[in-house]
Amino acid sequence: MGGGGLGGSDRIHDLDGSAMNTDGFSSIILSLVTFAPLAGGVLLMFFPRRDRDIRIFALVISLLTFVLSLHLPVHFQRSQTDFQYEIDRQWVSTPNIHYHMGVDGISLWLVVLTTFLTPLCVLISWTSIHERVKEFFILLLILETALIGVFTSLDLFLFYFFWEATLIPMALLIGIFGHERKVYAAVKFFMYTMIASVFMLAAILWLYAHTGSFDFVVIRDQIMRGAIPQFPAAAQWLFLGFFLAFAVKIPLFPFHTWLPDAHVEAPTAGSVLLAGVLLKMGTYGLLRFNLGLFPEQARHNAWWVITLALIGIIYGALVAMVQPNMKKLIAYSSVSHLGFVVLGIFSFTQAGLNGAMFVMLAHGISTGGLFMLAGLLHERRHTYEISEFGGLASPMPVYASSFLIILLASAGLPLLNGFIGEFLVLSGSFQAKAVYGILAATGVIWSAAYLLWMYQRVFYGKVTHSANNSLSDLTAFEKIAIWPCAAAAVVMGVAPIVWLGAIDPAVQAALTPFTRVASKMVGQ
Amino acid sequence: MNPNLNLWLIPILPLAGAAINGFMGKRSSRRAVTTVALFFSGAAFAMALLVALRFSSLSLPYQEFFAHWIRSGSFSADFAFYLDQLSLIMLLVVTGVGFLIHVYSVGYMWDDPSYYRFFSYLNLFMFFMLTLVLAGNYLLMFIGWEGVGLASYLLIGFWFTKDSAASAGKKAFIVNRIGDFGFLIALFLLIEHFGSLNFDQVFGSVMPLSAETAGAGLLTTIGILLMVGACGKSAQIPLYIWLPDAMEGPTPVSALIHAATMVTAGVYMVSRSHVIFERAPIALTVVAIIGTLTAFFAATIGIAQTDIKKVLAYSTVSQLGYMFMACGVGAFSAGIFHLMTHAFFKGLLFLAAGSVIHAVGGEQDMRKMGGLREKIPWTFWTMTAGTLAIAGIPGLAGFFSKDEILWRAYQASWAYWLVGVVTAFITSFYMFRLWFMTFFGKYRGEDVAHSQGGNSAHDAHGAHGHGGIHESPRVMVIPLVILAVLSVVGGYVGVPGSLGGNNRFDKFLGPVFHGSAPASGQHSGMGEKGAPEQETEGPEPKTAASTELTFTAISVFAALLGLGLAWLLYYKRPELPRKVADSLDGFYEAVVHKYYIDELYAAVFVKPLIDGSTRILWQGVDRNIIDAAVNDAGDGAKHISDRARHMQSGNIRSYAGWVAAGSAVVIAFMIWMGVR
Repeated sequence: MGGGGLGGSDRIHDLDGSAMNTDGFSSIILSLVTFAPLAGGVLLMFFPRRDRDIRIFALVISLLTFVLSLHLPVHFQRSQTDFQYEIDRQWVSTPNIHYHMGVDGISLWLVVLTTFLTPLCVLISWTSIHERVKEFFILLLILETALIGVFTSLDLFLFYFFWEATLIPMALLIGIFGHERKVYAAVKFFMYTMIASVFMLAAILWLYAHTGSFDFVVIRDQIMRGAIPQFPAAAQWLFLGFFLAFAVKIPLFPFHTWLPDAHVEAPTAGSVLLAGVLLKMGTYGLLRFNLGLFPEQARHNAWWVITLALIGIIYGALVAMVQPNMKKLIAYSSVSHLGFVVLGIFSFTQAGLNGAMFVMLAHGISTGGLFMLAGLLHERRHTYEISEFGGLASPMPVYASSFLIILLASAGLPLLNGFIGEFLVLSGSFQAKAVYGILAATGVIWSAAYLLWMYQRVFYGKVTHSANNSLSDLTAFEKIAIWPCAAAAVVMGVAPIVWLGAIDPAVQAALTPFTRVASKMVGQ
Repeated sequence: MNPNLNLWLIPILPLAGAAINGFMGKRSSRRAVTTVALFFSGAAFAMALLVALRFSSLSLPYQEFFAHWIRSGSFSADFAFYLDQLSLIMLLVVTGVGFLIHVYSVGYMWDDPSYYRFFSYLNLFMFFMLTLVLAGNYLLMFIGWEGVGLASYLLIGFWFTKDSAASAGKKAFIVNRIGDFGFLIALFLLIEHFGSLNFDQVFGSVMPLSAETAGAGLLTTIGILLMVGACGKSAQIPLYIWLPDAMEGPTPVSALIHAATMVTAGVYMVSRSHVIFERAPIALTVVAIIGTLTAFFAATIGIAQTDIKKVLAYSTVSQLGYMFMACGVGAFSAGIFHLMTHAFFKGLLFLAAGSVIHAVGGEQDMRKMGGLREKIPWTFWTMTAGTLAIAGIPGLAGFFSKDEILWRAYQASWAYWLVGVVTAFITSFYMFRLWFMTFFGKYRGEDVAHSQGGNSAHDAHGAHGHGGIHESPRVMVIPLVILAVLSVVGGYVGVPGSLGGNNRFDKFLGPVFHGSAPASGQHSGMGEKGAPEQETEGPEPKTAASTELTFTAISVFAALLGLGLAWLLYYKRPELPRKVADSLDGFYEAVVHKYYIDELYAAVFVKPLIDGSTRILWQGVDRNIIDAAVNDAGDGAKHISDRARHMQSGNIRSYAGWVAAGSAVVIAFMIWMGVR
């Protein structure tokens, strides 16, 4: 059954000369990026418990991974819509599991987002994690590998393996290094997403049983060719199986209640990767599998998926507005932002999908940044309660300005990254149906309201709690952790073309079955 | 072909200034900060002048591509600039008045501990405002549009330790976002139907369309949505509520952002979109009605305000209403003319008010002023010029522009004109009220020798270490004088034909606004009355000229009447206002409290939203329904969570075992399936 997979790698060999030159490296680069953190984590196990060395080593490994991952966008063939840097080897013959990896314009940036955020997570945990330092960084690095693996896997078994593999380090990060109700939050997180994933597993197994392959490309081809006789009858259930796993992960209303708890209890680095990358596994999955494998079902189910997304956008924002806890506020704002992503994906328009991809990246940066900033405050005051603060702009001016830039990115101010995606999603969903765009566009009002209100309560006015008078501003070290996020928010907002250049063709390719479905429907 | 003007430099220069002062200002001396701020805003002004000098040699509109911005499928929006007569006027007003206010601020803000931050924000504002007026497409304009909102937010809340200032900034931003919501939807419609947001493409596609006289259509919808955006930015009913609160910001900010430039962005945007509006008579009527109502409504509130800046704030709302009235009757160039003269005299009035506040140690309540004319003569005389200009006293800038608007409004409907004239009377009254209360009679305030200094709770710092009521330093007075001169003579560029001029201003803008109206039917702005064709605003028939003179006489009379009444009530018989107020009782109270609109909005929108989100959504749906259901469903969850407590012991190896075991089961299952 490896024929399809081999065919895939043949295609890569046919690339033009420039790719040929780096062909050897080209086929191992994804494996290197994916497993470098894991290798680092394994090495860390044999480290003596000297915390400083462990931190430095984790930083070096994560930076190295980031630098390696930059190879991907730099040498990416933008006009090419097939998977690139592909590697496809038989892994297990029975069952037929392939070690099949590759990235396209959709997964490319999610890999880079992960490798970008992880070193920042190491930095932000530098002083805040002072017990079980070794375990912490091992878990963090394992988590990074699992996250990258999710985005690079093209074999469904491999994908599922990485998908579930993210759960364990994340649950442990929350459960061990979290705050007061950490165990409750960790278990809730674990159970919620684990149970939902079972449905996806069932769907994957069904596909395997009927195609004899776990290979995404092979399965997609078979479905598109109509080679699976039982498929039409099962398609809706398969769609739902994948959808449920992804919906919980995103989280889409009403599957979102694990998220605020998980965030509030998670250590900062956990929150950053949770909001920054883990949630995008869900939206990535929707785009890759629900749209890629079941375009007709996606179209049929779009109306209620979009309804849930719209509810999520507005509901998430309104609930965020009245949160007394800073981290919960940011968590609910994620529900709102991810609603934009789902809306964009199910608008089936070029602008909507481009926007969805861009929101994923922008949200990773801005919300990751906000969680880091909230974490710094927690380190100083051991609370996330907004009412405990007030007037912080006086003792912490640099912190306050950095916070504002990232907050404005999250609020979608033009020239910052949040705007680009939001605008494209709204524009695309408006094209799909005006009312979608109009309802979602109210989000620009809500986001300004909850973010600026929070900002006012935390930073403006006079300092009301004497403990806040002596708070120290950002240290040089903390600036190194925070400012890359702020810089990325600006660069992505000013030059989104760099990212869109790779996303746009991939999205166009992802949409071809939809134009086909549409024309078929017209034909009926 | 056109020479390369490097227009992109004009906004970028102030941005560089903002960045330098923002990052390094804290460690720099005030002198260095001043140099940077003035250099970069001055350089933008110099470049604008250069552009003006070379303007006659350009083929217009001049377009400049700078860089790609967004590409998505066939849609693109770039950093591309657009220069025509309209943007040139905006460019000169923004950089010119902006630079003057920068100079003034050096004196006004000198003692503020956050001096560098102020100038960084001010330069940032210039960047966004210049982006707005030079943009070659709606999306780039939207960058400026939202960006000036950000600058406004930062500057209103500049003294952020004051809760009222912080709240005012937030309110301004959120209310503006409501307007932006409409703006965005308009943009989506433009994208959907014209595939582009570039001005030349959109207007090129709209131009051949005929006017939607039969009813509301696409262009009407777009027009009304754009007006929603303009209502936010330019503080029109129903979104004007943020502007009076914005007076919490330092006075130069009120002058620059909340009088001369930013708040006129809506007028600019509507004028820029005139091709759309001209084909959407209903949208134009909406613009005219909103403008007219706002002009009148805000003016009435201005009568009863006692805070000198609040009077000017409501006055600004009202004057912006005039500009929209002009746009709404299709007299875009008259609207832009008033925009320019208003930038001069209202900028001047705010700066002069700042000088007054500065003189009396931060006091803003006019009831505690009086008799200041001899103590601060420069301020007095310049403010007099501004007051005469806004009141519409013949010969000054405001007279010509307001007269032009009223005349054009009359041609559309006598109702607009009538409300306009009554508003002119009220305007004259509240402005001379302000003038008499501040500069005449006896000084009613306290001794200001020991007023608070520095970052006090009041606007502006108090004394500079020297006691008594004092005139402002030269760096503040010079901008006042320049703006006073402009307020006096600035109107002569647009003297209408009936008064012996040839309205050069209108002729200059002619290529932008004329000849773009739909071919069929009459000028769409003429509304239901169907007034005579006024396709060009150039020389008018002699009969019209004599009628126009009659109307001019009426509005002059209205202005003088306002002056006279103010003189009677606030100079001759200062005890009378109290009696009048008492006799009006409830109504007067309502006016003082701005008709309770803020309270109304709070009760109808804000409170239900917050209560509903808290009780129904968060505690109701989220906790009691969804989460409760989840917890019930897994009743064993508690059980499991107890067991999971072992996790806390951090026995990773046992978890690794779990994972391995789980994986083994899965793989075994696979093998079984594969074998089968």
